[in-house]
Amino acid sequence: MITVDGLSKSYGDFKAVDDISFIIRDGEITGLLGPNGAGKTTTLRMLSCYLTPDSGSITVDEKKSAENTLDIKKMIGYLPESAPLYGEMMVYDYLKYVAEIRGINDDGRISEVAGICRITDVMHKNINELSKGYKQRVGLAHAMIHDPQILILDEPTSGLDPIEIVEIRNLIKELGKSKTVILSTHILSEVEATCDRVIIINRGSIVADDSTENLQSAVKGDKDIIFRVSGTDFITLKSAVSGIGGVKNVASIDGEEFTSAVLTVGHQSEVRPELFRLAVQNNWVIYEMKQEHLSLENVFRELTTGGEDEKVK
Amino acid sequence: MKRLNESLIIMRKELKGYFNSPIAYIVITVFLAFTGFFFFKDFFYYNQAEMRGLFQTLPLMLSFVVPAVTMKLFAEERQSGSFEILMTLPVSAWDAVLGKFFAGVAFSAIMLSPTLIYLVTVFLVGSPDPGPVIGGYIGALLLAAAYTSIGLLASSFTRNQIISFITAWAACFLLWILDKVIIFLPAPFGFISYFGTDFHFQNIARGIIDTRDVIYFISVCALSLMFTVKNVEERR
Repeated sequence: MITVDGLSKSYGDFKAVDDISFIIRDGEITGLLGPNGAGKTTTLRMLSCYLTPDSGSITVDEKKSAENTLDIKKMIGYLPESAPLYGEMMVYDYLKYVAEIRGINDDGRISEVAGICRITDVMHKNINELSKGYKQRVGLAHAMIHDPQILILDEPTSGLDPIEIVEIRNLIKELGKSKTVILSTHILSEVEATCDRVIIINRGSIVADDSTENLQSAVKGDKDIIFRVSGTDFITLKSAVSGIGGVKNVASIDGEEFTSAVLTVGHQSEVRPELFRLAVQNNWVIYEMKQEHLSLENVFRELTTGGEDEKVK
Repeated sequence: MKRLNESLIIMRKELKGYFNSPIAYIVITVFLAFTGFFFFKDFFYYNQAEMRGLFQTLPLMLSFVVPAVTMKLFAEERQSGSFEILMTLPVSAWDAVLGKFFAGVAFSAIMLSPTLIYLVTVFLVGSPDPGPVIGGYIGALLLAAAYTSIGLLASSFTRNQIISFITAWAACFLLWILDKVIIFLPAPFGFISYFGTDFHFQNIARGIIDTRDVIYFISVCALSLMFTVKNVEERR
């Protein structure tokens, strides 16, 4: 269990992290979510013992991070943002080096981790020559090599292609079954896809800290339905559609050859059958009817922009 | 024992890194070309079986060459961000600094080793006095260690390798020139020459290994390394 209490860090005048406290439970995947520059990386750097906090404390399993730095470093596997590695080293040499420093003198473990991260075929290439995705995976291998209890991953999927993203997410989920994983991201769907728990940070402060499900259901805002038809104009469409129960607002959106509208609907209403019947009655042809899942995105937007307004005032 | 082990791993990695990049070969080539030139330039002229030609130019040569070796040690890590990797591995700042320091010293030793061929030449044409030769090599290693520690300190201040090189070179050069500018100063300032590297090096190179000279070089190393560690711990 990691207990963070009253953590602060400033760079000159800029308060990157301002008095945050949270608890990370064992065996959970916790997502640190926030817009760019919110203080995610700074928080993770303090957790990984790279930065020393200005004030506040980090306790890992009863051990204070300020006093037992080396012990805590041994328990943690850390993937820094954009995986800065030693470019002129060969992948194998690099992993061997990290393994040796971690006290592992077993080539089997290196090839095992290489297998898990799927870098076996680039082991004898220079790190400089690798693509962003491979570098990221080498970084992940570096973080996992000593089978740490705690994995701290700073934007683990940045710069990866969609297939790699899915692979890495599955890997993280797999790891999360037995380990404590903390990852940061500004991509919401990532949190929804992988994390058990979310901590939302904005401007150095925590604005939400809850399980992913709770957050999703807590602020269930309205949902949007995109509706494109032909055979009518927007005014007719609007007046017809407005009659359906649950529709709160109808707005026009750009559509090349179709009449297009965005319907704002209360989150519990289901209006799509009605829309279909309406189209049939009026002989409209439906080209598109899509419900946008906003869920966490709404929470996020509300919390982060809400926080901003407060600060402005 | 445990700590030494981690420093050794870092040292091995740094040393390997030198020889994986062209910089090592360029530095060694330049060093050997210049020292070779200065050694043989006067060797036949003086017609004496001694290594003086090498050891006289060595302090000045090393003041250029060693900063080129050490400039990347921390600056490159800060520039690329791998410093974050190094500092989150379970190693202390001392482990990292000592590992890099010994890598630099080992590199200098490797760089100096081909000059042993000059020694063979000297042995072929005469029988040199072993004292100044042994003293010269011990002195050269001590000097290289002192310059390496200064270079390492310079490298820990910046992420720019050029700044790292120039500041380290300026500091090393200043220490070299110190006992030579002393003639411009009034007599009471004569003690300043004790701070110069060349003063102590030439003492040792005469074949007299005085503890004062050895202590001087060790203190320069200790002081620079201490500040480097402090710097590494604070600037992150």
